[in-house]
Amino acid sequence: MKADKFITPAAWALVTVAIVTLPATRSQDLGGVISFLTGFAILVAIFAILALGLNVQWGYTGIFNFGVVAFFMVGAYAAAIITKGPATTEYVRYVGGFGDKLDFIPFLDSEQWLPFLFGTAGAAIVSGALAFVLSIPTLRLREDYLAIATIGIAELLRRIAIEEKGLVNSDRGLIGIPSPLEDLVNPPEYKFIFFGVAVALVILILIALEAGSRSPWGRVLKAIREDETTAAAAGKDIFNFKMQSFVVGAMIMGVGGAAYAYYSRSVSPDAFTHFFGTFLIWAMLIVGGSGNNKGAILGAYIVWGFYSITGLMRAYFADWGLEFLELRMSFLRDFVVGALIVIVLLLRPAGLLPEERRVSLFMQRESKQPTPPGEPESGPTGSRADASPDREKGSGGVAS
Amino acid sequence: MVPESAGFAELLNKARERYPAVFDNLGTAALWVLFAGLLIAALILYTNLFVVGIIFGSIIALGAIGLTLIYGIMKFAHFAHGDMMMLAAYLAFFALTGRIVGEKTEVDLGWSLDRLPGATTQLGPLSFGYGLLLAMLVALIATVALFVALDNVIYRRLRQRGSGIVIFAMVSLGIAIVARSVILILWGPEPRFYVPGIFPAHEFPFGIKLKADQIFIFATVAIVAILVYFLLFRTRIGKAMRATSDNPELARVSGIDTDQVIRWTWAIGGALVAVAGVLLAIQAQLKPELGFAILLPLFAAAILGGIGSPQGALIGAMIVGITQEVSLGIELSIAGRDILPQILPLAPGYKFAVAFVILILILLVRPQGLFGAKA
Repeated sequence: MKADKFITPAAWALVTVAIVTLPATRSQDLGGVISFLTGFAILVAIFAILALGLNVQWGYTGIFNFGVVAFFMVGAYAAAIITKGPATTEYVRYVGGFGDKLDFIPFLDSEQWLPFLFGTAGAAIVSGALAFVLSIPTLRLREDYLAIATIGIAELLRRIAIEEKGLVNSDRGLIGIPSPLEDLVNPPEYKFIFFGVAVALVILILIALEAGSRSPWGRVLKAIREDETTAAAAGKDIFNFKMQSFVVGAMIMGVGGAAYAYYSRSVSPDAFTHFFGTFLIWAMLIVGGSGNNKGAILGAYIVWGFYSITGLMRAYFADWGLEFLELRMSFLRDFVVGALIVIVLLLRPAGLLPEERRVSLFMQRESKQPTPPGEPESGPTGSRADASPDREKGSGGVAS
Repeated sequence: MVPESAGFAELLNKARERYPAVFDNLGTAALWVLFAGLLIAALILYTNLFVVGIIFGSIIALGAIGLTLIYGIMKFAHFAHGDMMMLAAYLAFFALTGRIVGEKTEVDLGWSLDRLPGATTQLGPLSFGYGLLLAMLVALIATVALFVALDNVIYRRLRQRGSGIVIFAMVSLGIAIVARSVILILWGPEPRFYVPGIFPAHEFPFGIKLKADQIFIFATVAIVAILVYFLLFRTRIGKAMRATSDNPELARVSGIDTDQVIRWTWAIGGALVAVAGVLLAIQAQLKPELGFAILLPLFAAAILGGIGSPQGALIGAMIVGITQEVSLGIELSIAGRDILPQILPLAPGYKFAVAFVILILILLVRPQGLFGAKA
């Protein structure tokens, strides 16, 4: 089991070394390297937000959401149409465009931050409302039916975004989305500001989720995940708690979508594929360790790190004359992401950072007392490497 | 109005208490009436779309029968089904042309099926020669081998560990991603055809226009469906499969070798996937993203017919196929005025979303499917 402890720092170190050295060896310009790394870190932060949202749904509660991209996309579009100004030409048609009306505080440069508060809140609310509406028909179903239904919802929403002309400018998407605090510094340095904003968002969400998962609410969610029937027998309203978790997770994904829209400054239906918006996030959570918020963030770092590294490798393959590999790099890395899901689930189902055993503060105080011999050590940081991480709810029928 | 509606609700509740069976079946009956009415209306008003829907439905049916068998016997949603269909179609393409084609690079094996004498000579009015039939056979054998191998290497280990259905489903999703990226690596993102070119449609009575290939598709599906029927209902292994699907524990204690049943299920599922994939590529074209898009109609058909019921999947697939085609072409008008002009006919992009609407409807009203007995 020594190799087991070794693998997490090894993966972390490998990605870090590669992501720093690859651009550094090709570019003589230090500023360019730093700019690349900042952009990379911003995307890691955005994906970490999405993975944290999925962790609430799947990691805490066991809700099998295969439609992450639906909430991601809705959040991004909501933030875009709230913060953008109205359309200026007849060739661009979309609803909303409130950006220039939302800076109503006449001082403190409110146009630099106020619309984005509204935009982010709006993204969370619209995403959460979508989850609320969807939870009514789908959350009572067996978990694999839920997965199929959420794939369908994501596909339907993507189709609506493309087909309904005048809703969000169809398949050309929205461009020129403003970014928060962008006029404070020169454009080349703006990345650092955005990096700070994104990291602050991740930390805020992380603190809230850590508090939530330690609270009685978080414990009910985990009880539902482990055994719905027992949780129901203990008097918990299963559907209600599942819905809350689904909505909270979706709101976090909506915030992730908003951050994505502000950073990329453009959203279009092409970006929100099932692979990019759903399965990549799942790969992050599975690799990092579902049920563990830090695992979700680590997973975002490692999977997106791998993704960026393979992107950088293209130039090397071109140098070495490996045209076949160079042209197919983007498909090869999809291959590796798929294979990673299978391999991790087969060999290390708990992920790199397995879920931490959490007990209430009361139990924690109790466990400070010397444990009787033979009893397993239980503490808030005791890793659960021996416990089977698979969710054993397979035989359940349609829950009602 | 309020007291009246309250009184009505009370009445409804009383009736529900007195006649529970009627009310439990009311939703199902409504669903049957809806689908039957839709199909009959489509048959009378849009005969051509109805027939095209049957062709598309029969392709879905082959995939959905395999899906429902895997779902029924191994109890998990096999998300790789659609992408495996596409992979099989590309394997047939490879066997036929011997080509691996990507951007800029092209690898050509020295030998392939279309270099057999007369292999590309068109069979009667069909667009392809006997080479494609041989290629389909090659793809079938390869897919069966692949499915059995995947079970040996991956799914069996999960079973031994006692993993939940969600882990199975997630692993199958990983395999789906791998299958799709293999297609993209080897054959690139551009659409391919077995036989390039446009082939004319033949006119039939009642305004039906069909290509010869579409009749070939329907005939193939009919033959395969009859073969599957005999396999499931007339052979020992078929009976063992149905018994395992109904009640795995009971099947095991009655001395049925469930490991063998599972291997057979993968083999049959793989064979059906291969045929369905090649037929889909004949009807549409070879496109990597089609594999995931076809997944929703497949699941809609399997769930509509009731998980574990091959006959149900067949009928479910027909309903999905016909509804899809008709909803894209239908124009509702009464007395010369369009009803819902903004909504119908649907834009072609919504094609696969129709299956999703059917799916949600069935999950809401009758999750066990039209023919499923148990929840």
